[in-house]
Amino acid sequence: MAATERKKTFRFSEKREKEIAALRGRYEYPQGLIMPLLWMAQYDEGWVSPEAMETIAEICETSPAWVYSLATFYTMFELERPIRYQIQVCHNLSCSLNGSESILAHLEKKLGIRAGEATEDGRFRLSAVECLASCGSGPMMQVNTEYYEQLTPEKIDALLEEFGRD
Amino acid sequence: MIEQVRHLTARMGKNNSPTIESYRDDGGYETAMKALAMEPEEVIEVVKASGLRGRGGAGFPTGLKWTFLPKEREKTYLCVNADESEPGTFKDRLILDFDPHLLLEGILITCHALKSDHAFIYIRGEFCRPYRRLRDAVREAYDAGLFGDNVMGTGRTLHCTIHRGGGAYICGEETALLNSIEGKKGQPRIKPPFPTNHGLFGKSTVINNVETLANVPLILRDGAEEFRKYGTEKSPGTRLFGVSGHVNRPGVYEFPHGIRLIDLIEDACGGVRDGNALKAVIPGGSSVPILTADEARELILCFDACMAAGTMLGSAGVIVMDETTCMVKALDRLTHFYGHESCGQCTPCREGSGWIAEIVSKIASGSGTPADLDKLVDLGRQISGNTICVFSDAVSMPVTSFTTKFRSEFEDHVNGGVCVAKKTTAATA
Ligand SMILES: Cc1cc2nc3c(=O)[nH]c(=O)nc-3n(C[C@H](O)[C@H](O)[C@H](O)COP(=O)(O)O)c2cc1C
Ligand code: SF4
Ligand code: FES
Repeated sequence: MAATERKKTFRFSEKREKEIAALRGRYEYPQGLIMPLLWMAQYDEGWVSPEAMETIAEICETSPAWVYSLATFYTMFELERPIRYQIQVCHNLSCSLNGSESILAHLEKKLGIRAGEATEDGRFRLSAVECLASCGSGPMMQVNTEYYEQLTPEKIDALLEEFGRD
Repeated sequence: MIEQVRHLTARMGKNNSPTIESYRDDGGYETAMKALAMEPEEVIEVVKASGLRGRGGAGFPTGLKWTFLPKEREKTYLCVNADESEPGTFKDRLILDFDPHLLLEGILITCHALKSDHAFIYIRGEFCRPYRRLRDAVREAYDAGLFGDNVMGTGRTLHCTIHRGGGAYICGEETALLNSIEGKKGQPRIKPPFPTNHGLFGKSTVINNVETLANVPLILRDGAEEFRKYGTEKSPGTRLFGVSGHVNRPGVYEFPHGIRLIDLIEDACGGVRDGNALKAVIPGGSSVPILTADEARELILCFDACMAAGTMLGSAGVIVMDETTCMVKALDRLTHFYGHESCGQCTPCREGSGWIAEIVSKIASGSGTPADLDKLVDLGRQISGNTICVFSDAVSMPVTSFTTKFRSEFEDHVNGGVCVAKKTTAATA
């Protein structure tokens, strides 16, 4: 029985199952649970796999195609593979006025990738993103769930070192 | 020196300000207790009398909006707009991070006024710390019996559900927000029907911004008259101004409506950086018309004065630009953003915003022609109106105001590619 023959399946943990049960009553249509479940899957696994989308579709009484269309409309869902460090540099106006472009360039140089790309090992993805509502502390970026503000090249170097990379 | 008036921000900076304990130490939830003993209609009357206007962008009178709910209705939802994604706007995050219980008390009182038994808080997906703080605060409130099946011992039910967005600017538009909660793509709905009649899951729904609702406990605590002591006749109360860009001390400042923009910049924010000259200001988030330095010096920060000056107070996100700023590059940042964020339902908006982004980028790079500039100006005018939502106006206003008020800079870029500003920051070529 080769592992490849078995279809992989995705299941939420028991703890999640309880959370889902509690949320059910809050949404008049089961489809309302799609986004909360996409978030749970992404939080638990680092990405939303095709298998997770199938499971979510089943729970939400809809088609995997519908779940997929939402997962792509909402840009925050990671559909390719888990990424250890999602580095998102704001390049909207207020941050740009304070030099976000040179911050982005510095990161591109240090990581050896362009904005929009991931490193081959899947550890880092670098993106230029829109206003993150931290305009008074620009230039800024978000790495996974944390904000890093008033960035300088030195601060970035220190952070990358912390993330295990020069 | 103009002094901040700390009403909404009274508790900011205190240790443990996000916790229920700290909130209660400062008298938190006492107002809700008082309000829950009032008739819902009485609560609405107080909010109406206060003159409170929406802080999300449009400035619609809050109490009036609440009265649009039909008398006979099956169910009522309150949806809290915590999507805060308008570029240059960063004030709701402050409340979510540092005083989430102020918002929750506002929700509690508002739901009583609306006879609603369920509030959704739609929080933008990128907000992680604010989400955690809000989630913890909601849990504390449930544990304390403020939400649940016996709200404050009254036997009434009120649930509060946080729904996280997933990264789409347009979900800040109130009907797109409703679709998003329903598990659909966040695309605006055709109005009418209005949400008060046919909103979330087809039920009567009121949508209000975070800062709007954070004012509600203060109004009920101090009374409408006290609220009106600050601000102007038509823009009562204080406002959270988020100042960013080229000022020495950017940040969120609370002032009464009616202060002068120039005092906010010069006094509160320590003036323009490096002693540079002021060049332009966008006073209400990226979607409102830009002002020249001369116009900015005259501007009074209230809804009506901004309208009279040909701009809008919007979300009160004040973006300040100094003399080193290249206006073409600055517009490029914005049109790039709008080019990506159209939801695509209406042809003029979908095609127009993408096309505008391309042309501005071309002009900024120095390869634009006078014909491109003419096309840009035309597109800026044509895109607005005849669309499902006002996103198209949000694209039109920056394009039209930048190209009109800073016309010569755009002309310089298409006639030989000389850029007037030559310094080092990003929005400076
Ligand atoms: C494109 C677009 C984006 C918007 N984004 C937001 C937002 O991020 N936050 C917000 O509170 N209102 C936003 N609004 C305004 C809402 O549609 C709505 O007017 C507001 O939430 C109502 O609350 P208020 O009356 O308390 O201001 C947006 C509107 C449009 C057209
Ligand atoms: S105007 Fe633009 S954003 Fe609004 S509904 Fe139409 S296409 Fe979508
Ligand atoms: S412009 Fe960068 S956080 Fe708002």
